[in-house]
Amino acid sequence: MILDSKIPEGPLAEKWEKHKFDVKLVNPANKRKYDIIVVGTGLAGASAAASLAELGYNVKAFTYHDSPRRAHSIAAQGGINAAKNYQNDGDSVFRLFYDTIKGGDYRAREANVYRLAQVSVNIIDQCVAQGVPFAREYGGLLANRSFGGAQVSRTFYARGQTGQQLLLGAYSALSRQVAYGKVKLYTRSEMLDLVVVDGKAQGIITRNLITGEIETHAAHAVVLATGGYGNVFYLSTNAKYCNVTAPWRAHKKGALFANPCFTQIHPTCIPVSGDYQSKLTLMSESLRNDGRVWVPATKETAERLRAGQIRVQDIPEEERDYFLERKYPAFGNLVPRDVASRNAKQMCDEGRGVGGSGLAVYLDFADAIKRNGADWVAQKYGNLFDMYAKITGENPYEQPMRIYPAVHYTMGGLWVDYNLQTTIPGLYATGECNFSDHGANRLGASALMQGLADGYFVIPYTIGDYLAKTAPKPVTTQHPAFQEAEAAVRTRIEKLMSINGTRTPDDFHKALGHIMWEYCGMARNAKGLEFAKAEIQKLRREFWSDLKITGLNEELNQTLEKAGRVADFLELGELMIDDAYDRNESCGGHFREEYATEEGEAQRNDDEYAYVAAWQYMGDNQPEVLHKEQLHFENVKLTQRSYK
Amino acid sequence: MAGSNPNAKPMNLTLKVWRQKNRAAKGGIVEYKVKDISPDMSFLEMLDVLNEDLLRKGDEPVAFDHDCREGICGSCNLFINGRAHGPEKGTTTCQLHMRKFSDGDTITIEPWRANAFPVNKDLSVDRSAFDRIIQAGGYVSVNTGGAPDGNEIPIPKEIADRAFEAATCIGCGACVASCKNASAMLFVSAKVSQLALLPQGNVERKARVENMVAQMDKEGFGACTNIGSCAAECPVGISLENIAILNREFLAAKATSNNLV
Repeated sequence: MILDSKIPEGPLAEKWEKHKFDVKLVNPANKRKYDIIVVGTGLAGASAAASLAELGYNVKAFTYHDSPRRAHSIAAQGGINAAKNYQNDGDSVFRLFYDTIKGGDYRAREANVYRLAQVSVNIIDQCVAQGVPFAREYGGLLANRSFGGAQVSRTFYARGQTGQQLLLGAYSALSRQVAYGKVKLYTRSEMLDLVVVDGKAQGIITRNLITGEIETHAAHAVVLATGGYGNVFYLSTNAKYCNVTAPWRAHKKGALFANPCFTQIHPTCIPVSGDYQSKLTLMSESLRNDGRVWVPATKETAERLRAGQIRVQDIPEEERDYFLERKYPAFGNLVPRDVASRNAKQMCDEGRGVGGSGLAVYLDFADAIKRNGADWVAQKYGNLFDMYAKITGENPYEQPMRIYPAVHYTMGGLWVDYNLQTTIPGLYATGECNFSDHGANRLGASALMQGLADGYFVIPYTIGDYLAKTAPKPVTTQHPAFQEAEAAVRTRIEKLMSINGTRTPDDFHKALGHIMWEYCGMARNAKGLEFAKAEIQKLRREFWSDLKITGLNEELNQTLEKAGRVADFLELGELMIDDAYDRNESCGGHFREEYATEEGEAQRNDDEYAYVAAWQYMGDNQPEVLHKEQLHFENVKLTQRSYK
Repeated sequence: MAGSNPNAKPMNLTLKVWRQKNRAAKGGIVEYKVKDISPDMSFLEMLDVLNEDLLRKGDEPVAFDHDCREGICGSCNLFINGRAHGPEKGTTTCQLHMRKFSDGDTITIEPWRANAFPVNKDLSVDRSAFDRIIQAGGYVSVNTGGAPDGNEIPIPKEIADRAFEAATCIGCGACVASCKNASAMLFVSAKVSQLALLPQGNVERKARVENMVAQMDKEGFGACTNIGSCAAECPVGISLENIAILNREFLAAKATSNNLV
């Protein structure tokens, strides 16, 4: 298989304009003859569904939530980047492009990232027009702040709830199209398989989560906007329902899965408090603008602190190690996420961690409060401080927060070309569900940007090019491929229900998460990965022989829902390990202990690994086949990232 | 692993939980005991413990809605000891922690109660009525692509901040569950206010308020009698002022109605 990225010819800055002219258009009168399925109603899905419906296509939008507004995009706190240069501080489309490519450790496509930076400016305009209440200055203009990894202020925000406001904007646009009858909304519907007819994506199989009914839906094209797979680690900042099932089913039907091992570990999360922990909560990294990260300078002090012999207030200034400021004087506390996370882990590995478990570092606002007052801090970060206090029972105005890294985002995902089309014609992937724009590490405030860029400004153009070449004949679910896929879904559910073992889906999920976090988390090595692969295979066998589910398929059955998702995570986990094992270099969020500089920083190998690893499913329990898409850098010089 | 409060002792609790097979079935309270609950657990993690126990014993776990567990998605919706989202002010169920309870407590857990929110199963309810109200007009009619520059229309910070405050509604339905009339006025007013305050929402403000209120009535929500329990129990602090704005908007729209929709 040859992976054709379909990157347009011409200079970087002109590719998208040229491509928009070159793509075929669907005649306005013909648009209503095409049906498009959009799975997922987060930022990428809702924006795509609304925009496609506005163009005149018939859209069917699916979500497993009770409402499109619940998608986990809603929880994004910090902000959204855009190269507006409203602050006159030297920002530009090229700089946003450059920062994103560099931040991604040179493992993303130049053309995709440049387009992302280009359309970023339109996103802000669109959202303002929808009534998204962004933060503003006293003069009434939009406010900006700087965000992890950037030296310009290009991040637009709505207090600590930017994701919520952007999603509610997209949700309102979607709701408008539902009212017009151009979008048919299916809530509490989970996609369980993709239907491929004559090599093209033509529909999906869903389960109605209230009745258990298995349904078939046909369309001329299918868009997956189903988010990331961070929950493979069990504990992550993802919402509890986030899962990989939709893209994984597509993968098993022929869509290649790219860079699965590229996971982002976010440095500023509330630490784990016990075995019952069900999820981790992120504290926006905007906190790093004013908070200072430190641990005790010595192991002895840290031990006394953990034992309760001294309090944090008792540690004098000279016995505190502000390790990010010390090691990276140029960027200090604002180093990119992967660097900040690894350094926190290193401090804890050295025995200098804090909190009961020793798996935490401090994020201290004492200086900011002294400098600007508690009111100023409350105005900027009030809701984050309140959330921290609620969860931990501690007051962050009086003592430093405890933070620790947690799985937050997955850069990997379905392989897509420049048109966001997967290797299955007619199947598209947008937002976190695809692999395309963040390379090996995503910069802060870029996930919202990518989700909305894909949905509002890319897919409406590129999907037309495919549909224009597809006859506007009605599609039906009568093809045998639908019956086959439906039967396979039913068989799988029956199998899950009939195992009747002793262990719960959560039990297996936690075991899987433990393996992934220990061996495929912040630091990886060949030996650990080999061990983890065998462990996962063993766990998968146990799952299919010892799973326990009660109740019936024909009702709301949250245990059955979980079981199906865990089954897919158990397969994905192994592929992530294969991918991490194959990539004999460190880059971005992928840190292989064998490949580090003398200073302990990630050591890339551009000669051998400047490629996208795209994996092809070959059948159950068969090794997947690796295809490589070589990355070409014509506009940036590959350098070792340095934040010193 | 020790939590933030290593001295806190585990608790044993009695739970009285609403169980209901499906929308048509008759429900009832079932009593359960949970043991060794850490004060650092969230309320939903406590229910996770109960559900894992039930499942291991071969019983059906309690169905409840939840997702982000960060207080923002609006999925969780438990009526705890007679209060929407439980005893802590300004807190969703998922952000309520067990340190707010004491060893030996009995906790009653029910679903939202409102005709417009039928029970799906156990503690899960159908809140699609809220979506239909938004579909009736809770948007600005702008298609993708035609927007002017974001700084074209300056908006005073004070106005933008007030619009933001209204826009923070998470759509959980606690306002409806807390209201003796099961009124949705606070929910509807939050969206009406947000868009009425902003210049972008001005063009359609009359039709919007009329259509959203009409849909609200059609869904079977009750009338507002100005008790204010909605705002008192709202987990994100949506202000009662919004209802005043809604009433004014509605009156102004009706008085000068040119709504042909």
